[in-house]
Amino acid sequence: MPTLTPPPDQTSDAAFSRRSFLRGCAAFGGLTALAASLAPLREMGDYTSTEQFLQKYYKELTPDDMAKVIARIEGEVQKEYGIRPHVRDLKPMDGVEFVYCLNLTRCIGCRKCVHACVAENNQSRNPEIQYIRVLKMPHGSMDVEKGDHTYDAKQVPEKGFFYMPVQCQQCHNPPCVKVCPVNATWQEKDGITVIDYDWCIGCRYCEAACPYWARRFNFTKPEIPKERLNPNMSYLGNRPRKQGVMEKCHFCIQRTRAGRYPACLEVCPVGARKFGNILDPESEVSYILREKRVFIQLKEEMGTSPRFFYYFDK
Amino acid sequence: MIIAARNYLVFLQRCARIAFVGDWRYYAWMGALTVISLLGLNAYAKQLVHGLIVTGMSDEVSWGVYIANFTFLVGVAAAAVMMVIPVYIYDNEELHDLVIFGELLAVAAIIMCLAFVTVDLGRPDRFWHLIPGVGQLNFPRSMLSWDVIVLNGYLLLNVHICGYLLYCRYQNRKPGKWFYIPFVFTAIIWAVSIHTVTAFLYVGLGGRPFWNASIVGPRFLASAFTAGPAIIILALQIIRHFTHYRITDKALLTLRSIVQVSMIINVFLLVCEVFKEFYSGTTHGVSARYLFVGLHGYHALVPWIWTAITFNLIAMVILVMPVSRSLRWLDVACVLSIVGIWIEKGMGLVIPGFIPTPLGAIVEYVPSLNETLVCLGIWAFGLLCYTLFLRMSVPILQGRIAQSNEGQPEIQGDEPEAPVSGASPH
Repeated sequence: MPTLTPPPDQTSDAAFSRRSFLRGCAAFGGLTALAASLAPLREMGDYTSTEQFLQKYYKELTPDDMAKVIARIEGEVQKEYGIRPHVRDLKPMDGVEFVYCLNLTRCIGCRKCVHACVAENNQSRNPEIQYIRVLKMPHGSMDVEKGDHTYDAKQVPEKGFFYMPVQCQQCHNPPCVKVCPVNATWQEKDGITVIDYDWCIGCRYCEAACPYWARRFNFTKPEIPKERLNPNMSYLGNRPRKQGVMEKCHFCIQRTRAGRYPACLEVCPVGARKFGNILDPESEVSYILREKRVFIQLKEEMGTSPRFFYYFDK
Repeated sequence: MIIAARNYLVFLQRCARIAFVGDWRYYAWMGALTVISLLGLNAYAKQLVHGLIVTGMSDEVSWGVYIANFTFLVGVAAAAVMMVIPVYIYDNEELHDLVIFGELLAVAAIIMCLAFVTVDLGRPDRFWHLIPGVGQLNFPRSMLSWDVIVLNGYLLLNVHICGYLLYCRYQNRKPGKWFYIPFVFTAIIWAVSIHTVTAFLYVGLGGRPFWNASIVGPRFLASAFTAGPAIIILALQIIRHFTHYRITDKALLTLRSIVQVSMIINVFLLVCEVFKEFYSGTTHGVSARYLFVGLHGYHALVPWIWTAITFNLIAMVILVMPVSRSLRWLDVACVLSIVGIWIEKGMGLVIPGFIPTPLGAIVEYVPSLNETLVCLGIWAFGLLCYTLFLRMSVPILQGRIAQSNEGQPEIQGDEPEAPVSGASPH
């Protein structure tokens, strides 16, 4: 075995200590640089809490767990907005399946529904999040690519156009639910597809999967003026969302599961919006779907089978 | 048992030591990569605080360069097997020892992939919701849950194969067939699966006609088997240049034929796709029109995709001609293929899927500075990992770090002569 002659500088004590000194400097410098690069994290603030971090999946929460969760949410809202909200976890009612019908002959494109929705559902005002998008469509076409999203007319309706509001279609076969990697979004018994904002990991796969562009992501911490906060809240509905989670229309779950109409329906000045229980043959929506000769499920060819129907008067 | 554990710890400790030893070029390279990684980490810290609003993404274009890079790198990782197949199925001796470099590249690529998906999450603090049994992994319904499983599985497989083979070489004993051959064959199938699953992630979305095409899967594989081996060809030449590890030209030329065939298939599949999108003239072709020629005055991606196509075509021409037997031309073709496929598979696949939106709005996407820094940081970190892996594995493969020379003075750099006899480099 040939012997290895060590390089001369290795044997000298001075060189050795110089080397370890340099190593020490490098290690110290490295750690300082690491700390400096992580410095922005000092502004993390109320990003999450231990309680929220460890919170169980919605469907695994016992009533006691839910009471604690609600207390936590109420506390957080009060701390942030100075208002004690009333948060409930309303469950679907037996024998109820919600359906929405929208009369395209009547809609005048005033966008009052958009604003009523924002106010009711505590959507972020900065950046703006809206669940309803109204398309101005040329007569004769249902091709959304011909729609104008940003029309800004002094007066509506404009001649030669009709208006088509689009929001979550509450599909029977929702692609968004299928793709969610953590089951943070699911379809409830009454047909409403909901999101557990405390379970969503913010991957935005559902947003890519939705053929109706119905989902909205909180790209930053939502901002809602204190005086505009709607304190009547529901866990799966309009409670304020956190940064980094998905949200969308939930048929005003905090209202409709308590026997009221959705906010967009109540505000509609022309009565274009109809909402009700399809399992009840006496309901308005049952009547419409029974009697109207033509009604449309948007992008029917997707096989999503929406619970949202567009119809015409004549 | 205790002795075995001690031996293994000594092995790890010696590997860790060599990672911090090298000449000035090594320190400069690693220093630069560390600085860029830290810049990326800093940008990510800002993103954590302020949210994904610091990126160029929006509700309209909800995935951007993070997912684009992720998609490209899954291909790179998958392509490592293109070296494994010739060795274990066709008994190609030239590539035998080089397989490990390919698999280490796969490990580094998967680390980058995992980093890219993590930075894309809105709530990374909730990652545990993805852990089966603890969280709620939506398996088998969600393709993303498949991706979580196959990517982590592939990482473990490759870490095991590389780690085991290197440790055997360190101990100068023959690897036990049962400890790695089954894993190698599993990894071959697994590699195809990681890329297929990633393709299905897009293909499964009925609301996005640009992605909802069966050709996406095959194209993913073809482009991966082009770009991956192309990267390995370049990496092997770098290893050969900076160390005294012997790599034959013949090995590089074997990889050349893989790149050559894959590139021809890749370009053919591109032609198939372009024909289908444009000739039929249906409204489903709008995203492709946006990508290739622009739509209603919006054409941010047009220069990119034509650059990619030009690069791929030039690379293909070089590869099919005999000139690419010369390494200089082969390198040019490799660089062109890598850049071309990076554009085409990343920006060219992910972004147009979102434009126009399912409701017909056109909103364009440009990555922000912060987002770009995060990407650069992850790339630098990936290169840092790969360099470290090579720094450790090359002396082991050469026999210069081995159990037989434990306790003797450690090597300082890449001395041309192996200080210890007995362990031959090949």
